Amino acid sequence: MIFNNGRVRHKRVLPGFSISLGVSLLFVSLILLLPTTGLIMQTSSMSWSEYWGVIADPRVVASYRVTILSALAASLFNCLFGLLLAWVLVRYEFPGKRILDALVDLPFALPTAVAGITLATLYAENGQIGSLLAEWGIKVAYTPLGIVVAMIFTSIPFVVRTVQPVLEELSHEEEEAGMTLGASDRSVFWRVILPSLWPALMIGTALSFTRSLGEFGAVIFIAGNMPYISEITSLMIFVRLQEFDFAGASAIASVVLMTSLLLLLLINLWQARYLRRIHGR
Amino acid sequence: MSIRLTNISKKFGQFQALSPLNLDIQEGEMIGLLGPSGSGKTTLLRIIAGLEGADSGQIQFGNRDVTQVHVRERRVGFVFQNYALFRHMTVADNVAFGLEVMPKKQRPSAAEIHKRVTQLLETVQLGHLAQRYPEQLSGGQKQRIALARALATQPEVLLLDEPFGALDAKVRKELRRWLRSLHDELKFTSVFVTHDQDEALELSDRVVVMSNGHIEQINTPAELYSHPNSRFVFDFLGNVNVFEASWQQKRWENGQAFLTPPEQQTLQQEGVLYVRSHELALSNKPNSQANLPFNIVAITPIGAEVRLELAPYGWHSEELWEAKFTHHNLQELGLQKGSVVYATPRTAYFFGAQGESSPTRLSWPFLTPGSLAFDI
Repeated sequence: MIFNNGRVRHKRVLPGFSISLGVSLLFVSLILLLPTTGLIMQTSSMSWSEYWGVIADPRVVASYRVTILSALAASLFNCLFGLLLAWVLVRYEFPGKRILDALVDLPFALPTAVAGITLATLYAENGQIGSLLAEWGIKVAYTPLGIVVAMIFTSIPFVVRTVQPVLEELSHEEEEAGMTLGASDRSVFWRVILPSLWPALMIGTALSFTRSLGEFGAVIFIAGNMPYISEITSLMIFVRLQEFDFAGASAIASVVLMTSLLLLLLINLWQARYLRRIHGR
Repeated sequence: MSIRLTNISKKFGQFQALSPLNLDIQEGEMIGLLGPSGSGKTTLLRIIAGLEGADSGQIQFGNRDVTQVHVRERRVGFVFQNYALFRHMTVADNVAFGLEVMPKKQRPSAAEIHKRVTQLLETVQLGHLAQRYPEQLSGGQKQRIALARALATQPEVLLLDEPFGALDAKVRKELRRWLRSLHDELKFTSVFVTHDQDEALELSDRVVVMSNGHIEQINTPAELYSHPNSRFVFDFLGNVNVFEASWQQKRWENGQAFLTPPEQQTLQQEGVLYVRSHELALSNKPNSQANLPFNIVAITPIGAEVRLELAPYGWHSEELWEAKFTHHNLQELGLQKGSVVYATPRTAYFFGAQGESSPTRLSWPFLTPGSLAFDI
C-alpha cells in the first residue's frame, strides 16, 4: 500500500498486468490497427465526392446487395444447421462422432480457393450434385445460390464452435426442472435451452455473417461473377487492385470494414447486457 | 397422496444401483431417504419423480399406477440440490414457469398467474425479490425460490434432492424448520434425500436408511435411534465406539479389558459391542462388571459439550473412543489429559458373531442375583 494524497492504493495481486497488456496492445496495433489505419490513409487521398463516387457506383452497390443478401442467407442457414450440428455432437453418442467433430474444422483448414473450385465442380451442371439438382431445375454453380453455398461452407465452423462448449456446459438439471414442472419438450427447448444458448448462437451467427461478407477465394470460383448479378464486394476490391486503383480498392474495403465492425460491436453490446443479467452483475 | 413402490430395481450398466425394494409412504407424510453417497437414495427419488425409469417394479400414486407415466404427467414438485433455477428469467418468471407452460385449456389467466406467484413469493418470504435474477440471490434464497417454483402447480407430492446440501450450517437449520412448518401447513406428501443424519432425524416422520441399493431400516426417528437393527444403521446414525469382544468363561474380553454381561444364553458368544459417546460413564477405578481402561488423548470443548478422545489402554480398538460430557460433569470428574480413566457403558448394543443381525440392548450397572447393591 502506498499512501498517496491521503488515498490508499492497493497493488494488484495478480502479477504481470502491465507487461501482458502492453504486449497485447502492441500486437493488436501491429496486426489490426496499423493495416486498418493504412486502409483509411489510402482513402484520404480522395475527396469526399470521389470517395462517394467509388462506393456508390451502381455496379458496386449491386455487389453490396449480392454480398449482404448471400451472407445473410448463409449465416441464417448456418445458425440453424450449426445449432443442429452442435446439438448432435454434444447430446448424442453415435459411431463416427469423433470424425464428424473433426470434419467441422475442415473449412478452416482447407485453402478457400480449393474449397471454391471443389464446390464449383460438384455443383456445376455436369457435376455429381449439380446434375441431380439440374433435374429439378435448380442451378447452383455460377449463380447467386452458388455464392450462398460457398459462404455456408466456409463459415459453418463459427456457429458450431461457439455453441458447442455452451451446450456442453448446460446443466441437465434445468431441463429436468422444466420437465417436472410439466413443460413439453418443445417448451423446454424454447424456454429453457435456447435462451441459454442465445448469446453464443448470436455471436456465432454474427461471426459467420462477417466472415461471409469478406469471403473471396471460395466464392469467386463458384459465383460466375456476372456484373450486377453475382459479383461480390471482395471481387470489386480485387478488380480495383488489378487496375492499380489502390484508393478505390481501399474505399470499397472501408465500407465492408465499417459494416463488419458495426455489426460486431452491436452484437457484443447486446451480449454483454444479456450475460450481465444471467451472471447477476 | 400416498406413494407405493413395489419391487423397484435399477441397474446402471453392471452396477446394481437399486436391488428390488418396496416402500409405502402415507399421505401427508414426510420421509427422509438417508444413506451415504452411492447408496441409491437419489436414484430412488428420481425414479419416484419419473426422471429415471426403473428396470422392474411398479409405482403407484394413490390408486393411480404411474410406472409408465412421463415425468411431466406425474405432477410432482421436484427440488434440485443445485436449485436448477432458470438463469435467464426473473424470480417471478421462474415461479410462474409451471403455470405458463400448462396447456391452454388449463392455464390460469395472466392476472391469476400473477396473483398466485405473488402469493407464493410471500409464502417463501421473498416477495421483494420478484424482479431479481437468480444469480443475484444467496444460496438460501435460491433454494426457497426453487421450492416456490415446485409448489406453484400445487403438486401433491414434493420431492427434494439434498435440498440443503449446498448451504451453510446456520441457513440450513433455518430452512429445515421452515420447510417443516410449510409441510405441516400445506400437507403435501414429501420425500427428501439427505446424507446428514441430523437432518433426517429432525425433519422426517419416518426415516428410510439405505446402503448399497438396499433399504436397511424404516422407522420413526426416535425408534430408529433407540432400536437400530443393523451395524450399518448404527454406524450411520452418529459416531459410535466399538468394543470387539471374545467370550471367555463369564465375560467379554479384549486384552486386559472386560465387560460382564447380564446372564443370558444368547449373549455368551463373541461379537461386537457398540456404545454411543454420550452413554459412557467415567471413573478413576474399575468395577466388577466393567473394566475398560483408557488414556485421555484430548479434551476438546465443542459448544455446550466437551468431547474426550480416549485411547484404549492395555487392549485394542481400531479407532479411538469418544465420550461426551457437559462442562459441569467434567469438572466434577476432574479429568486431565494424559491420565488413565475407566469407562462403564450405561447402554450398549451387542451384535453377536452368530445369530440374527439385530442387536441386543444392554445396560450397566445391573444387579446380580445374590448381591444387594451396585458396586460402582
